[in-house]
Amino acid sequence: MKLVISIAGDNLQSPFDARFGRAAAFCLVDSDTGAWTAHANPALEAAGGAGVQAAQFVAGLGARAVVSGAYGPKAYASLSAAGIAMHLAPGNAPRTAADVLALFNAGELSQAQAATQDGRH
Amino acid sequence: MRIVVASGKGGTGKTTVATSLALVGGASVRCLDCDVEAPNAALFLHPVLDRRQEVGIPLPRVDTALCTHCGKCAEVCQYHAIAVLGQTTLVFPELCHGCGSCTRLCPEGAITEHLHVTGVLEGGMTAEGLEFARGLLQVGEPMAVPIIRELKRWPPLRRPALEIWDAPPGASCPVVETLRGADFALLVTEPTPFGLHDLKQVVGIARALEIPAGVVVNRDGIGDRKVDAYCADQGLPILLRIPMERRIAEGLARGRSLLETAPDYRPAFQALLAAIQDRVNAEYAP
Repeated sequence: MKLVISIAGDNLQSPFDARFGRAAAFCLVDSDTGAWTAHANPALEAAGGAGVQAAQFVAGLGARAVVSGAYGPKAYASLSAAGIAMHLAPGNAPRTAADVLALFNAGELSQAQAATQDGRH
Repeated sequence: MRIVVASGKGGTGKTTVATSLALVGGASVRCLDCDVEAPNAALFLHPVLDRRQEVGIPLPRVDTALCTHCGKCAEVCQYHAIAVLGQTTLVFPELCHGCGSCTRLCPEGAITEHLHVTGVLEGGMTAEGLEFARGLLQVGEPMAVPIIRELKRWPPLRRPALEIWDAPPGASCPVVETLRGADFALLVTEPTPFGLHDLKQVVGIARALEIPAGVVVNRDGIGDRKVDAYCADQGLPILLRIPMERRIAEGLARGRSLLETAPDYRPAFQALLAAIQDRVNAEYAP
């Protein structure tokens, strides 16, 4: 399955970024083969609506699931509409995207059932 | 002629100056309070507000029977207020600026616009026969600009010879929208580092919009002389100085205009208005 992990860097060893809309980049990983590509987040500098823009971007990448640390209301609504599952990884300890992928594959990540934070203007 | 009173920093005396200019402007003046997040000019002009109109922004509504999810609307939206995800087209009202691009560019004609009320316009006359109007943004709504735009478009009760527009504080979109279309930017500042810092920002906006500007130094005598030095360096005329006076502050706190508290200032404001008119006329002279 194609999975997107929010990262602060440009590869699978980059640190996990717990923010979704304002993450520096997204690591697109095939959880079956381990093949990955990195994609700069076009919403990083957005004046507003970063969550919506980032959600459209990861949907365009063909992701079926996302792992991040927090989802705002508009990101949640957008990813839900796209049928993309939202997984939560804690941002309180330093982790690489590869660490997060391992947690995902081990089934240790819970899914967000609603927006996890208020939107920001 | 349209004079906008702006300042950058809040609390420098924009409304004090704007209301005083309106009061010396004669019969056919219209004063607009464009600080739609916290309009306060009415506290000093005491108009009878008997006109009222709801305003807002045109929000897109998508007809799901016609939408093919082609994504054109999401592509043209600069604010990410409309998004196409899978077989769903989502609208986020709080991000929408009401520009109409999605509606006009939808190849299926699937989008229609519906007014989303975000504020009201209120207007009326003062005892002196001055026309006054203000915008009032609803609490919780994030965007002041559409209200300011509608306020400026609101038909006056009679054709004004002189318009005084009291701008919001700051140096962001609502100030730009207020200044758009002005003939003169009257910038009220105070001789303090904060006053100067924000004056520079609003001078930058006036220059970018190519609007001639002049300065009023309020609370003159406090702070330092750096505003004077800056104005001299930039060729900005200081058109009036209002000294720091306790009686003015006391009057304002009681809801009295500067001219009501201190009628001795009337000639100074008449001279200020004449100086602005001279400058504008010189600007547009052939």
